[in-house]
Amino acid sequence: MSETTNENKKDRHLKRFHYTIDQAIEKPFNWQQIWRLLTYLKPYAKTYLLGAIIAMIVSTAVRLAVPIIIGKVAFDVAIENKDVGLLTYLVIAIGLLYLLSYVGNIYRIKWVNLLGQNVIYDLRQHLFTHVQRLSHRFFDNRSAGSILVRIMNDTNSLQELFTNGIINLLMDIATLLGIIVILFTLSPKLALAVMVILPLMFYISTKLRRKIRRSWQNVRIQQSRMNSHLNESIQGIRITQSFSQEKENTEFFNGVNTDNFQSWRTASSKSAMFRPFVEMSNAIGTVVLISYGAHLIILGPSDGGIKLGTFVSFAFFLGMFWDPISRLGQVYNQLLMAMASSERIFEYLDEQPNVSEKDNAIEFEEMKGHIAFDKVQFSYDSERIALHEISLEIKAGETIALVGHTGSGKSTIANLISRFYDPTSGTVKVDGHDLKDVKLSSLRNHISVVLQDTFIFSGTIMENIRFGRPDASDEEVIEAAKVVGANDFIERLADGYSTEVEERGNILSAGERQLLSFARALLANPSIIILDEATASIDTETEVKIQNALRRLLKGRTAIIIAHRLSTIRESDNIFVLEQGKILENGDHDELMEQKGEYYELVKSQFQMLDAM
Amino acid sequence: MDTFKKLKKFYWPHRKYFFISLFFLFFVTGITVVYPIILQLTIDEVVAKERYSFIPYIAIGFLVLMFIKGISTYLHQYLGDLFGITTVFHVRNSLYKKLQILSFKYYDNAKTGDIMSRLTADVEGFRFFLSAGFAELIRIALLILMSLSVMFYYSIPLALVTMAAMPFLAIVVFKFDKRVHPAFRGIRKSFGRLNTRVQENISGMQTVKSLSREDFEIGRFSGSNDNYRQNYLKTSNIWAKYFPLMEFIGNFCAVALLAFGGYLVISSQMQPGELVAFFSLVWYIMGPLMNLGFVINQFSQAKASGERLLEILEGKEDIVEKENAINKPIKGHVTFDDVTLTYVEDDDEALKNISFDAPPGKVVGLIGATGSGKTSITQLITRFYEPEQGQVLVDGHPVSDYQIKALRKHIGFVLQESFLFSTTIRENIAYGNPNVTEEQIVDAAKRAQAHDFIMDMPNGYDTLLGERGMGLSGGQKQRIAIARAICINPSILVLDDATSAVDMETEFKIQQALKEVMKGRTSFIIAHRISSLKHADEILVLEEGKIVERGTHDELVENNGPYQRIYDIQYQDRDAIMNPSAV
Repeated sequence: MSETTNENKKDRHLKRFHYTIDQAIEKPFNWQQIWRLLTYLKPYAKTYLLGAIIAMIVSTAVRLAVPIIIGKVAFDVAIENKDVGLLTYLVIAIGLLYLLSYVGNIYRIKWVNLLGQNVIYDLRQHLFTHVQRLSHRFFDNRSAGSILVRIMNDTNSLQELFTNGIINLLMDIATLLGIIVILFTLSPKLALAVMVILPLMFYISTKLRRKIRRSWQNVRIQQSRMNSHLNESIQGIRITQSFSQEKENTEFFNGVNTDNFQSWRTASSKSAMFRPFVEMSNAIGTVVLISYGAHLIILGPSDGGIKLGTFVSFAFFLGMFWDPISRLGQVYNQLLMAMASSERIFEYLDEQPNVSEKDNAIEFEEMKGHIAFDKVQFSYDSERIALHEISLEIKAGETIALVGHTGSGKSTIANLISRFYDPTSGTVKVDGHDLKDVKLSSLRNHISVVLQDTFIFSGTIMENIRFGRPDASDEEVIEAAKVVGANDFIERLADGYSTEVEERGNILSAGERQLLSFARALLANPSIIILDEATASIDTETEVKIQNALRRLLKGRTAIIIAHRLSTIRESDNIFVLEQGKILENGDHDELMEQKGEYYELVKSQFQMLDAM
Repeated sequence: MDTFKKLKKFYWPHRKYFFISLFFLFFVTGITVVYPIILQLTIDEVVAKERYSFIPYIAIGFLVLMFIKGISTYLHQYLGDLFGITTVFHVRNSLYKKLQILSFKYYDNAKTGDIMSRLTADVEGFRFFLSAGFAELIRIALLILMSLSVMFYYSIPLALVTMAAMPFLAIVVFKFDKRVHPAFRGIRKSFGRLNTRVQENISGMQTVKSLSREDFEIGRFSGSNDNYRQNYLKTSNIWAKYFPLMEFIGNFCAVALLAFGGYLVISSQMQPGELVAFFSLVWYIMGPLMNLGFVINQFSQAKASGERLLEILEGKEDIVEKENAINKPIKGHVTFDDVTLTYVEDDDEALKNISFDAPPGKVVGLIGATGSGKTSITQLITRFYEPEQGQVLVDGHPVSDYQIKALRKHIGFVLQESFLFSTTIRENIAYGNPNVTEEQIVDAAKRAQAHDFIMDMPNGYDTLLGERGMGLSGGQKQRIAIARAICINPSILVLDDATSAVDMETEFKIQQALKEVMKGRTSFIIAHRISSLKHADEILVLEEGKIVERGTHDELVENNGPYQRIYDIQYQDRDAIMNPSAV
């Protein structure tokens, strides 16, 4: 027993990371979904789609006509009768046909791509726009990565279907039927004979291909696993080196790498069978053609046989069999994958915003910033109530602080004011209007939310501040930065306001990011400011700057602050102490200290720390 | 070629796969060219001369040949693949190993995205070339040569006609390749931009919604979305221009064959079967030619990929263990003797003439503005960087004399940004020491004030963290990171702003717990809050890489220096706050 535990411990690091890759790669066929996808073709039905189909018909027709001309006319008539004149005509005719098919191909490729790209553009635009309109609840439950995958990869995986897939499907069915009809017209007996390869070809293009596809899917899963680990190991390299786990991780990776290698080998050994199988089936077809065809030629046309030209045409067509069958198999695969992707896309498109606007919603011309909660109850899910019948009033221009532990309901109150969620019962009013009667954009245009961790978009500092109000001039941006005291550090940067920044970059410190978000909020010139104070690591000097900036930012506005710093709390007009979704007490600092209630205890504990150590 | 020579040690040991694969390629190509010959023989020798009796022989012979070809094709492809994936397996292991060793200095200047693209796209490019690209070049050359030989054997004039078309095709292929590859890069770049745009939008969704900038964002997205569409269409237009043209040249060649060949057959200078064979042979030349550009491009890309891989494999290892490096338990006596550190040459010093002495068990507090050098000091103790001047000693030996693992396994680090791995909470805590027992893990979690919230989770210590795992608050992550550091039972403990992201009450709890943990260990505490380092035995106040003030809290608080200023800012209102009525 103890031996096994030892064994386990020794190999523990070989199983130390867990990566789950569970995205379904294909789904069963579903007509309804196909139909819905096809509606995206509608705007282009009379232009690109029609054009592409015509161009496709032209090149297919030429492809089918030429072997007949060469075989039936050139060989059987011109060459046999030694008719040089006819041969010349034929050559010119075929040349012209090829020219026609050349032009047809140019337009087919052009239109097919225009069609595909426009459809994908529309679909992606539709999806992105829709996602922008969705409410907080939607984003609460999903990771950024999973949303990204749908907007980018799932739409992209439909690209091939819309570009070549649909046209190829039509073209291949036409070609296949065309060949079969022609072969049976030329010689029913020989046609029937060479058809023996059809079932074999279908087997290869469906069953064998499915096996191969499955094995490649396994490769992809192994690769995602490996890539997840690589990505993580690079990001966590400092931790790894701090704990000197380099060797252990290398051993772990060796395992992942080996799994990946094995899956490749399996997939490769299966897919290497594909070509030999195809060629064998072609060879069987050829053997049938040679043995039975030769027999028929020798019989001669008068005795139910064929002429040499027919034989030549057959040889050509036999070679043309494989491509359409193979592509049909591919299109079928594409469709199955499209099922999975489109299901995920439609799932998002069918998602409705939880917070919806009334048709006759009113617009705020001007907002004073008076806020009233009347018996507001709220729960994020059915199990846990986040707010219990909260009633409170915030006068225009007042600064209030929300104080309490994580989960006490501070953020919920803030989120309800911006109407990121609707209360389960009760009403939230701003300037006397129930928020449900107000236009969302008009409400939010008058409210600025400054979050604990400010998001920095890649772009210049100027652009990042201007995000608060896109039509602000450079001067206004700089003015805002000056007011909050961000101007100093910005001008110290290499390119000043033109310095390129990004979310993961380390050009800006936590404190500087805060100041930037203040400038952004100030530029928007809101009537109400909601501020989630940062707990992040900020040195004391910067902290002082932030406090000063904050005062200037809040001046003359209604402010709701989810407060962590005593100094902020103390300066508030009204402090609400929350616990488990209820207001325990409220009043200004002095009043609450006198009361010696929960607030008093909280403040005391902060100083205790200093003394206790 | 130099690139491939340098990478030789990865692929050369597996050369047998490659050569056997090549051996079978000869069969494949040879038999391919036999097909038109059989067609010709059937038409001219059997049919035209009405010799039925040959048919079974031809049919069986053909089937046998095709069977051999099938097996050869299989082996050629499979062994070729195996050559590629085996090589790449070893390349990946070496890359990973190297990446584990490369120093902080390397990672300071590297972007995760860039390294990832080398590990994925470049490794794949290299594999593809080994598996298929190189053999494909040989195949093309063989096929064209053999086909031409057969053609010349059948009819010299007709072969010349075919050859006349080749230069035209070659020019078109060349032009096409020259234009299509930059266009493809354009698509990839544009897709990357679109991807970044969406990623930013979603990650910053809170900000977007807070400022109700949805329409603005939709506008920006449309721009990127359209740019991608335009880039794609630009590429497809290149295809539309050249691809039909290539096909047309091939077809034109076939028409010329028909005209001239038909004439030759009519004038009995050639047999009809030979003409039919020509129609197949001409595509054996045209097809590979169309592919040639692609393959050559593969070659140059594989070379570029190889170079990028070599950049990692040959990356400079700044931190190298000495040959007779020492490996002995560390008590935790840390001494800095006039240490100066510069991260990038010719840059300002990050640390200037730092000296201090911390015997085992001593608690050192480091305070100062962002960028003043607090973190740099701790990173020298673990030898993540090497000082430019001066010495960093642990237990009297320079840190460079130790085996790296021996040194670091005695130092527990809690970094400012607590990075946790995609695995269970248990494995995260055990990260530094896979041999710990369950009791030790729970004990570490308890000491870090993490046990209670962990037990509140549905899966307790088995809760998975990471992208798809449970989301933790900043404070919770930090406490797990602290437990992870405690779990290795270090002699030296470094807390780099470890409690900044937790609320006051939790901080208080953690501080008390840490006080217990720090007993008997040399500890370095980096903090902005006076409360976090008040109890330190010595506090170093840093400004621009220099120690400007040092002493205990009681000394510094009356020193009229920067420390006192920080103290005043943080605590001046204390009385006013606690006793409002008294003011």
